[in-house]
Amino acid sequence: MMRAVRALWQREVVRFLRDRPRLVGSLLQPIVFWVLFSGALHGSFKPGGMDYGQYFFVGTLAMITLFTAIFATITVIEDRKEGFLQGVLVSPVPRSAIALGKILGGATLGMLLAMLFLLMAPLAGVSLAPERVLLGLGVLALLAVAVTGLGFALAWVMDSTAAYHGIMMLFLMPMLLLSGAFFPMETAHPLLSWVRFVNPMTYGVGALRHAFQGEVAGVPSFPVCLLGTVAFAVLTFLLGSFVVTRRSVRDAA
Amino acid sequence: MTGQTNATSAITAADLAFTYGERQALQDVSFEVMLGQAYGFLGPNGSGKSTLFKLLSTIVPLQRGRVSMLGLDLATQAAAIRRRIGVVFQSPAVDKKLTVRENLHYAGLLLGLAGRELGARIDQILAAAELADRARDLTGELSGGMRRRVEIGKCLLAKPDLVLLDEASTGLDPKARRDMWALLRAQAGLTVVFTTHLMDEAVEAHSLVLLDQGRIVAAGRPAALMREVGGQVLEIETPEAPVLAGELKAAFGVAVQVVDGTLRIEGQVVHELVPKLMQRFGERVQRLQLAHPSLQDVFLRKTGKRFVVAEPEVPAKHGRGRR
Repeated sequence: MMRAVRALWQREVVRFLRDRPRLVGSLLQPIVFWVLFSGALHGSFKPGGMDYGQYFFVGTLAMITLFTAIFATITVIEDRKEGFLQGVLVSPVPRSAIALGKILGGATLGMLLAMLFLLMAPLAGVSLAPERVLLGLGVLALLAVAVTGLGFALAWVMDSTAAYHGIMMLFLMPMLLLSGAFFPMETAHPLLSWVRFVNPMTYGVGALRHAFQGEVAGVPSFPVCLLGTVAFAVLTFLLGSFVVTRRSVRDAA
Repeated sequence: MTGQTNATSAITAADLAFTYGERQALQDVSFEVMLGQAYGFLGPNGSGKSTLFKLLSTIVPLQRGRVSMLGLDLATQAAAIRRRIGVVFQSPAVDKKLTVRENLHYAGLLLGLAGRELGARIDQILAAAELADRARDLTGELSGGMRRRVEIGKCLLAKPDLVLLDEASTGLDPKARRDMWALLRAQAGLTVVFTTHLMDEAVEAHSLVLLDQGRIVAAGRPAALMREVGGQVLEIETPEAPVLAGELKAAFGVAVQVVDGTLRIEGQVVHELVPKLMQRFGERVQRLQLAHPSLQDVFLRKTGKRFVVAEPEVPAKHGRGRR
């Protein structure tokens, strides 16, 4: 089983590194976002008393894992259309290995890009102390597995990349926006304030803030954030494994 | 067909049926494939051959009937069957962004091979498929025939006992098709089950099943099936087919079929009829063709219609496609 996981994981990484436009786009997009938002809100918005560039830096890390997960899991639909997935489905690989390989592949790409973005931390005034970086990378890994697992489960049941994009934008962008990645949520409308507690991204972004910025007002405690992120990762992985193990006439497509 | 398996049987299928929603794709399908055979399924689009292929390749679950493959029950031992079969789909399953060797490498890992064993097996496959000098090329840069050989190579990596091919030679030129079959025939004792809509490919099978609308309409050795039709087939094109059919029947006492506006006469010595026919009705005949029976004629006799191939067969999707 682990050979199959390795094969699928490695294939994701090799294909990504070989696709230069995708690589460059994935790397530059979050940097552009961070530069533009930080620059635009520099003098007018100081959430938690910190410079917006510093605040949004952690949000950008979460955004990188999310966007990378979206684009990485699109390959599930492409693999089905191009016939690769059929070849995997008729191999003696347990279907849970397919989920694990694809999710780990996508999560690795998210981690890779997030780590590259981390190199800009000094520009944002974010500490790169080894203990913070290690903790942060651990949280990033969990968050990457969680959002890639969610993307995988959604992609598996979809036929078109356009529909997948639509669904991802409908659900995942609000999840990101309401997670505290872009702005603090504690002063939001009571209804939105309630939504943030059931939004699993809140805990992922919160855990990242704890890792890189220490205690931040309005963010749940680190154990709560960590537990929420672990639960998010486990649940989405189980969801991915569940959808992939179901055989039906649609597999014929 | 009993559904029981004997020692020389690769596949025994009994009473298979399959539906996509309301559409009956397969009905009462039974057959037996012997070990080492090249066993073909010939049929037009929508005949059910791709559905049958997806059942045998374990892509879709069995709905009704019994199938034993290599002594294993398809309904309950699909995972064990997957370890012993190789599958090549109609649509290419190679990754065009990877090199030939990488495609084989990842396929090998999925099949449970690794390390030196995998490396050595890849080298063997590359040599057998005559792709050793293209091993480092991206698969997307290869010709269709070469890509197909990569696919065949992938499915042969783990030395399967049985290979399933779904219209694998569609779109290939005759040389590429010959190369594909040469690669398969080089594997001693390999059982090959294939679907096709190409007559000249089907005729090469040891045994052949003709499918139409999800049912078996004929089965046997291709030569025997063609012999059943008769020694010769005469086809006559005429603008007044129904009228002339009656006149020919009255004049010569032969059975005349009208198929798509063309008259057909089958028999052992139909050629003796040609001079007399031309003498009496020659000016009403536009074109006349005398030939030995083909699988097309077998299909025509069994179904009353011509074998027409349009677009590649695509399985129907129903509703939102529950998984």
